[in-house]
Amino acid sequence: MSHFLLDGTPVPFAAGDTLMAAAQRAGQSIAHLCWDARLGPSGACRLCTVRVDGRLAAACTTHAQAGQVVENRTAELDARRLRLTQMLFVEGNHFCPGCEKSGDCDLQATAYALGMADMHFELLAPQRPVDASHPDLWLDHNRCILCKLCVRASHEADGKNVFAIGGYGASTRLLVNAPSGRLGDSALQASDLAARICPVGAILPKRRGFAVPLGARRYDSAAPPEAPASASGDRDDAH
Amino acid sequence: MTPIEEPRRLRVATVSLAGCFGCHMSLLDIDERLFPLAERMVFDRSPFTDIKALGPCDVGLVEGGLCNSENVQVLRLFRARCKVLVAVGACAINGGLPAQRNALDIGQILVEVYRNRPGLAADSSMPSDPELPLPLAQVHALHEVVHVDHYLPGCPPSADAIYALLSALIEGRTPHADPAEIRFD
Repeated sequence: MSHFLLDGTPVPFAAGDTLMAAAQRAGQSIAHLCWDARLGPSGACRLCTVRVDGRLAAACTTHAQAGQVVENRTAELDARRLRLTQMLFVEGNHFCPGCEKSGDCDLQATAYALGMADMHFELLAPQRPVDASHPDLWLDHNRCILCKLCVRASHEADGKNVFAIGGYGASTRLLVNAPSGRLGDSALQASDLAARICPVGAILPKRRGFAVPLGARRYDSAAPPEAPASASGDRDDAH
Repeated sequence: MTPIEEPRRLRVATVSLAGCFGCHMSLLDIDERLFPLAERMVFDRSPFTDIKALGPCDVGLVEGGLCNSENVQVLRLFRARCKVLVAVGACAINGGLPAQRNALDIGQILVEVYRNRPGLAADSSMPSDPELPLPLAQVHALHEVVHVDHYLPGCPPSADAIYALLSALIEGRTPHADPAEIRFD
């Protein structure tokens, strides 16, 4: 089997593998928000940007080739990841203290792992209305990071095409495929992958928030796999 | 006989702007470690003291975002008088939960609270005395108005995180948020 080098470690891959897919399968992790093994790549979040033979490339869309030298955990790439994460935070209203996804959120865990303490940029403070029209689900557009996981899940896994991305530039937003544009008038069901795959607190089930005690949430007890070595120590959950 | 020279105490000012005083409570959660800390630092203007005028300080700890004109005035004063300015807590860093009012028109909010709310006396009207600071149209984070040197995220930051920051500043080290201590909630 062919191999490429990820931070010096040989990673085996099969024909057609992306760097991301091969690394994940080999138990090596590359930071990401918009990639999921079950779905096709998106290349939207840019968190997985690595240096491939010296050039920047998204690991989720770059095909693996034998002998490639891939740099992942370098100070330069992590600094870029920190800025990208801060951009995602200021683009939305990420008030974690009141979010039901806190402690279970990939964006937040990524920020923790990168040691993010501040926003760096000015806040855009978008004011998009919440869509609570669905009986079992609700959608807060101000937390959506446009990863398109729900778009792809609805298209590829559920076969319903409930979601799409619309608009341009800073006004780009998630659209719901219904004549009214409302979640409640779409074919989406709570059991659909598209309803469960949101990595942040944008698509959430109704009447099920704050069910997990502090300290027992997904990212409370274990640092995310892409955490830098300095962040891998035990976390103090007794706060 | 030469007197024994005491180490200079770190002069710390604290203030709550559009805060809930929860970050100050988290500072008090340092518990008995406050006693050794108190030997190495002294509070200037702070809700813990009766000092009204802010003097030159080493450190200013600011909780809360900016929601009215007085907040902005006080923040600029803190920036001018404190060598190191620290944004403490979620509100100071991104406006926090109070910034959820940014979705609404501030005039409408005031009308709803002071004029339309059920249970008010019939002649209730919006407070308009010039003694009262005018609210800003939107709640803002500190770094949108002044330069901030350090950030302590959390709602509130843990006592350990606050203790680590003060210890670092007392010992003349640059505070570094320990990634394992970082919380936004």
